Amino acid sequence: MKRPSTLTMFSWLVRRDLILAWRRRADVLATLFFFVIVVSLFPLGIGPEPQLLRAIAPGIVWVAALLASMLSLSRIFGNDYQDGTLEQILLTPQPLFLVVLAKMFAHWLVSEIPLVLVAPLLGVQFGLSENTLATITVSLLLGTPVLSLVGSVGAALTLGLRAANVLIALLVLPLCIPALIFGAGAVDASVNGAATQPWLLLLAATLVVSFVFAPWATSAALRISLE
Amino acid sequence: MLQAINLGCVRGDRRLFEHLNFALHPGEVIELRGPNGTGKTSLLRILCGLASPAEGEIRWQEKNIRTLGEEYHSEIAYLAHQNGVKDELTAIENLRVSSALSGTSLRREQAKEKLAQLGLKDYWDLPARLLSAGQRRRIGLARLLASTAALWILDEVLASLDDAAVTVARRVITDHLSTGGMAIVATHQELALPSSQRLDLGA
Repeated sequence: MKRPSTLTMFSWLVRRDLILAWRRRADVLATLFFFVIVVSLFPLGIGPEPQLLRAIAPGIVWVAALLASMLSLSRIFGNDYQDGTLEQILLTPQPLFLVVLAKMFAHWLVSEIPLVLVAPLLGVQFGLSENTLATITVSLLLGTPVLSLVGSVGAALTLGLRAANVLIALLVLPLCIPALIFGAGAVDASVNGAATQPWLLLLAATLVVSFVFAPWATSAALRISLE
Repeated sequence: MLQAINLGCVRGDRRLFEHLNFALHPGEVIELRGPNGTGKTSLLRILCGLASPAEGEIRWQEKNIRTLGEEYHSEIAYLAHQNGVKDELTAIENLRVSSALSGTSLRREQAKEKLAQLGLKDYWDLPARLLSAGQRRRIGLARLLASTAALWILDEVLASLDDAAVTVARRVITDHLSTGGMAIVATHQELALPSSQRLDLGA
């Protein structure tokens, strides 16, 4: 029996969450199908006008990704809170923000990566070019970690509350507006043949800022919620 | 050594306890008694550092646990009323994960051996949701077996255990004490441990 390093602890926690997600994969699939259905409803509702669809596609894909992420946020800490494992997690002999970061990373892998992978396929419905589909993927790759990071702050703050799901959305959605503007902006620029790089750089900056603040804020929120 | 100095706890409008002082030395155990709702669990959570006391402080080796932080976490093992057992994971996965989180890497064989000691030999590969309350409690106890922590903080450790498991739990705690460990046990049953102090809340 030896004392595990910070890295082994990190990988144990991520592995645990991946196993749990696999054994409860219906939850993950529900989020994914929600995303697919919401995005698909727009072409059906608006009608097959290629010009219009291409113009609204960036916003729709991004807003749908945001909403789909909200569905999975309460699960980041909710289940662990109910069965008492969250207390164990808080009592690990490691800095809490690292532990929290592992939880966020696992959430991103489980709940956000599927959205990133499916998004280009959905883009085809809107008649987007290959270039734009690539931009959608890149912008979501940069933007979805922001949703996991900022979302976990909301999840930690609303732990144990009734109607936590709705509250999380109310707390987190406004904070995700920068990511939405920059992400959808990048896709929009690509549709119009403009340069996407400035938007993507801004999105990356948003990611860096949330990476710095979110784990710290989440740790503090968890301590308060469990008191 | 663990010291509680002038501890007080307030829950909502109610003052659960105040001016609570005690010290725990290596090899000693405190039996925490008291009717339901007198603050046993609250006290244990305060001792873990999960909650902060309304007044007073807790010292571990003469230092306030607030300043020790993670260092203190590697000295304690907390078995809560809820076992911290994941329904979807098997007994062995539960034990290995929770041990890793509390700072002890267990190999698969080692984990099996600990579970076998607690009579879970034939159950280690079953998802925990198929296990009974007592069997889930035993998984929690197995975590203590693997733990290298000096201070065990146990909430209702004997709850839902059968006679055989109670005997095992007593032996596990006694062994821990005889190697210089410390324990605080909230319980409604007689623990019958050597060198135990009794602390009555709400008396």
